[in-house]
Amino acid sequence: MLELYGHQFSSRLLLGTALYPSPAIMADAVKAARNEIVTVSLRRESAGGKTGGQFWSLIQSLGVRVLPNTAGCHSVKEAVTTAQMAREVFATNWLKLEVIGNHDTLQPDVFGLVEAARILSEDGFEVFPYTTDDLVVAERLLEAGCRLLMPWCAPIGSARGPQNVDALRSLRGHFPDVPLIVDAGIGRPSHAAEVMELGYDAVLLNTAVAKAGDPVAMAGAFAKAIEAGREAFLAGPLEPRDMAVPSTPVIGMAAFS
Amino acid sequence: MKALVKGAGVAGLTLAFELASRGADVTVIEKRHRLAGSASWAAGGMLAPWCERESAEEAVVTLGRLALDWWDAVLPGHVVRSGTLVVAPARDTSELDRFARRTTGFAAIGEEAIAVLEPDLAGRFRRGLFFAQEAHLDPRRALVALKDRLVGMGVRFEFGYGAVRVPEAVDIEADCTGIAATVPGLRGVRGEMLLLHAPDVSLARPVRLLHPRFPVYVVPRADHLFMVGATMIESDANEPVTARSMMELLGAAYALHPAFGEAEIVEAGVGVRPAFADNLPRVSREANRVRINGLYRHGFLLAPAMARQAVEMIFSTQKELAHAAHH
Repeated sequence: MLELYGHQFSSRLLLGTALYPSPAIMADAVKAARNEIVTVSLRRESAGGKTGGQFWSLIQSLGVRVLPNTAGCHSVKEAVTTAQMAREVFATNWLKLEVIGNHDTLQPDVFGLVEAARILSEDGFEVFPYTTDDLVVAERLLEAGCRLLMPWCAPIGSARGPQNVDALRSLRGHFPDVPLIVDAGIGRPSHAAEVMELGYDAVLLNTAVAKAGDPVAMAGAFAKAIEAGREAFLAGPLEPRDMAVPSTPVIGMAAFS
Repeated sequence: MKALVKGAGVAGLTLAFELASRGADVTVIEKRHRLAGSASWAAGGMLAPWCERESAEEAVVTLGRLALDWWDAVLPGHVVRSGTLVVAPARDTSELDRFARRTTGFAAIGEEAIAVLEPDLAGRFRRGLFFAQEAHLDPRRALVALKDRLVGMGVRFEFGYGAVRVPEAVDIEADCTGIAATVPGLRGVRGEMLLLHAPDVSLARPVRLLHPRFPVYVVPRADHLFMVGATMIESDANEPVTARSMMELLGAAYALHPAFGEAEIVEAGVGVRPAFADNLPRVSREANRVRINGLYRHGFLLAPAMARQAVEMIFSTQKELAHAAHH
């Protein structure tokens, strides 16, 4: 079971709710993936201070846990204000914290992120920080009160898959007991399986499902890949070898071992 | 047969036309004092079912392709059949591949063909998709002309119609009030649009600029006016355009052609699209009440098909009733 801030989940896929062809398809995708946590961005649902009532009630009707998101915030102040609004609107202490540092690459501003994470953790939020794969930033986020980490594996929406596997391995190695969720950059189920095989606890994605030709089928494919990756990790995958090793006994020849 | 149509947006007016053409005695009531202000008034007016397939169900193509001939027959001279051009900035050409995979009815074209179609875009885009069968119209001119045509057919209009006045007894009452209607499952999808006057730009057809974050379309209207749209926000807020949305729309228009930077902003408008969870429209009937709603971003494209479905429903009911009375 996946445990995040004291709550247990069987699904290791966190799904975003934006960019789908229709809310009905989004709802079907969530069901197809047997998804238990969805992210909802507050900014887009709050034009003029009003919430999209029907959209929100559709999300509620899914019976899943909602992780509000400060998507598109560029400063600590903006992120903190959005977080407080989100807590009110969605009635939860959970928060996916995004502080964007570069408009073009949507790279997190890790300095602002650590500061916002500290302010929000002290204010009682349970923060899911969207961060890079930088080890020192990860340490600072934990010091700031975060009890899990969400490193990217590539820029948001880029669909490039794991760009720095060594950094992801190193994070896993340094924080064996902290839930690690890969957030952003996943394009295909094989990418998700790859990070799960590294021992990551879960995967958060949106575009790869929402913009697929058939989002519902793709949500199911991701669920399977994530499960396969997790099982492979638990089963202990082989490490690469430099030499070929025969898998069948070589009869009649002297065996050296 | 006496029919009362509530709502003078594209759904109400197309239905009034179909009813009046079948000999019904039609009155259209509208709570606004004029045609302006409805979601239809803020529409793009693209008759682009093949492009819309990128994010919509197949029904939008099958129902939407009727719309080109419907508007042409009802309002001759309004429909411009010059197709749609879809382009993407050089670094986002993968968006073009994705769009092509999701749609049909286009030709993949290169720089030279783009320059022939739209000389003002020459040298700006290397690849594009040309949807030759598509068309567009000016939604405001079309709504006004359709109303005039209806008046000519004997349809009465009452604007500024308050809830206080009880309408006279009618055989059929049709609710075409969009987001103002109370329908379970109906939600608002806010759309913001700009009307720009750009004397230095000429376009012959709607151009869609694909972008992973801010896809935008620019629809040319008469006298170098351009409609730039439209945001899609899950909200029924009808408040003025936000600065963020305006920056996104202007940024995209500027990326299409830098001369849009010199354009005058004639209008910054907002409309709330009525939509069901699957983003497809519905016609429903309950006794002598009919309802068309959920046209989402496909008002001009799907209203004719919905009006026809509603009229089929209405006249088959009338037949049933007449049949029952006869026995």
